[in-house]
Amino acid sequence: MSAPLAEFGLISSGASLIAAVAIGIAFGWTLERAGLGSARKLSAQFTLTDLTVFKVMFSAIVTAMLGTFFLGWLGVVDLRRVYVPETWLMPQLVGGLVFGAGFVVAGLCPGTSCVSAATGRVDGAAVMAGMFTGVLVTGLAFSSLQAFYESTARGSITLPELLHVPYGVVVFAVVLIALGGFRGAEWVEKRQ
Amino acid sequence: MKEARPYSNPYVAGVGLGLVLLAAFLVMGRGLGASGAFTSAAAGVTAVVSPARAAASPLLSRYLGGDGPWREWLLFELAGVAIGGFLSAWLAGRLKREVERGPRVSRGGRLAFAFGGGALMGLGAVLARGCTSGIALTGGALLGVGSWLFIGAAFAAAYAVAPLTRRLWR
Repeated sequence: MSAPLAEFGLISSGASLIAAVAIGIAFGWTLERAGLGSARKLSAQFTLTDLTVFKVMFSAIVTAMLGTFFLGWLGVVDLRRVYVPETWLMPQLVGGLVFGAGFVVAGLCPGTSCVSAATGRVDGAAVMAGMFTGVLVTGLAFSSLQAFYESTARGSITLPELLHVPYGVVVFAVVLIALGGFRGAEWVEKRQ
Repeated sequence: MKEARPYSNPYVAGVGLGLVLLAAFLVMGRGLGASGAFTSAAAGVTAVVSPARAAASPLLSRYLGGDGPWREWLLFELAGVAIGGFLSAWLAGRLKREVERGPRVSRGGRLAFAFGGGALMGLGAVLARGCTSGIALTGGALLGVGSWLFIGAAFAAAYAVAPLTRRLWR
């Protein structure tokens, strides 16, 4: 099999937009099922009363990580053709700090705000409006940020490349850390 | 209206979300996203209101080539997210028109914080080249260095700010 399908020309550009809607529906569905369309539930992550955000996020990361690792190893998917988000050290450090502060003030992130709004919550729509305004203003004032935005580029570097450790070893370590994190999360919730 | 059903087990939902992400890798060779849809829409609106300003912004003009900002893949994906979220909530009896807020915050207050937090995330997501979906989930699963840096920074900042926002919910 040759995956990713779109990279091997097996999907037209029109079909890729249909795939986008289908993947989006499944994405929105799982977020809502987990309760992540609720700002109250997301905020509880940061007061350590309900760690659903952590549990969902890390079980998703571990699942997709194991899937790509084994399917790559079996030759089902060509991992060189799967786009790894590029690393820009300082912009992503500062961007992450600003984003995290905004996340806890808003109670929702960009994807979950869409779920919140779609299920009738007006605060979800307000987060979407704020998000739109934020990227618009940043886009219009971009020239003053551009030098910083383009600093400390490291390309599509991965943890195995950074640490000079085999891919499988890092995958195994992330699984162990996640399992430890899940045990810790259950302990923190039980303590309430 | 029938009683709202309880949410799924978080680990089951997480594995489901991981399989959706894996499907995106296998079909499209790219992961999930959300903030890029907002940037593309912002580029599209700016191009209508002030084409010169849109073209002058290296961030916004990036979305104006090719098929244009309204045929951006992430915009279709995010429309799907809204449909999927709606269907799931509808079938579980969870659709409800409300402003979700704590007992000590007014509706207007909650909406103002929601808007302000959203705007901060907009700035952060532009700098980081993505948000919880495109950088944290997608790059996290592919072991991208910048993605794990973003996850650490975002959680650290959220926990640092959380004591100040606690009274929004209690």
